Amino acid sequence: MDNKRIEIDIRVPNQTRYLGLIGKIGEELAKGLNEYAGNRNTLAYYINLVLTESVINTIAHANARDPDKMVHLSISIEHDELVIRVFDEGEGFDLDEVPPPDFEGLSEGGRGVFLIRSIMDSVKYRRVDSGNVLEMRKSLVKG
Amino acid sequence: MNLAISEQKKMVVIAIKEERLDAHNAGDLKAELLALFEQGKKNILIDLQDVRFIDSSGLGALVSGFKNAITNQGSLKLASLQPQVKSMFELTRLHRVFDIYPSPADVPEQP
Repeated sequence: MDNKRIEIDIRVPNQTRYLGLIGKIGEELAKGLNEYAGNRNTLAYYINLVLTESVINTIAHANARDPDKMVHLSISIEHDELVIRVFDEGEGFDLDEVPPPDFEGLSEGGRGVFLIRSIMDSVKYRRVDSGNVLEMRKSLVKG
Repeated sequence: MNLAISEQKKMVVIAIKEERLDAHNAGDLKAELLALFEQGKKNILIDLQDVRFIDSSGLGALVSGFKNAITNQGSLKLASLQPQVKSMFELTRLHRVFDIYPSPADVPEQP
């Protein structure tokens, strides 16, 4: 199979009950990436986590937990990279303004973007025609 | 969310009977912990044997419970972390915060 042609486009209602399904799709895709240089089970967990964290951000913030909205994302393999894009039509935010977690304190939140950044090689959030896209890339060659 | 609650060694043991502890069900756990503290329970042990996936919201619910335990002069301990779940605690440095045991049987008796 030519992995370079994989693109999975997902549209689900803006509800947390679909997080597990989305995570599972990413996990199963990652487990099948024979060319990945590192541990595929670890990659599978990481992709599940990155999908969960990025989609909950969209559900809660851009889509303000409105259950009638939809979440749109894609998972693809492009030139030895796994690329996840999560689209939203919200007001957008400045990714660079998201502070790192306070490791000494005991805050309940604020770890999601840190986890995404820890796992992925590049994380960008930018405006597109119809709204915004959070684009996250991980090299499959570096492992 | 599916929880199995029992008592052992003067602790309330909550076994999370879910594969995922995430943004979908973390609020349920948080509410359950709050209810237990309101009932006067102080020492909680959370058994994560069945949980093979945790996200930042799941971690947040455990931190919330931990802080409530401290406020009530109690404790919140964790047992039976799957390796990938444990790695999430390490990545976020939360393994320094919680007392983590290999299994509920390894937790010492409450004084």
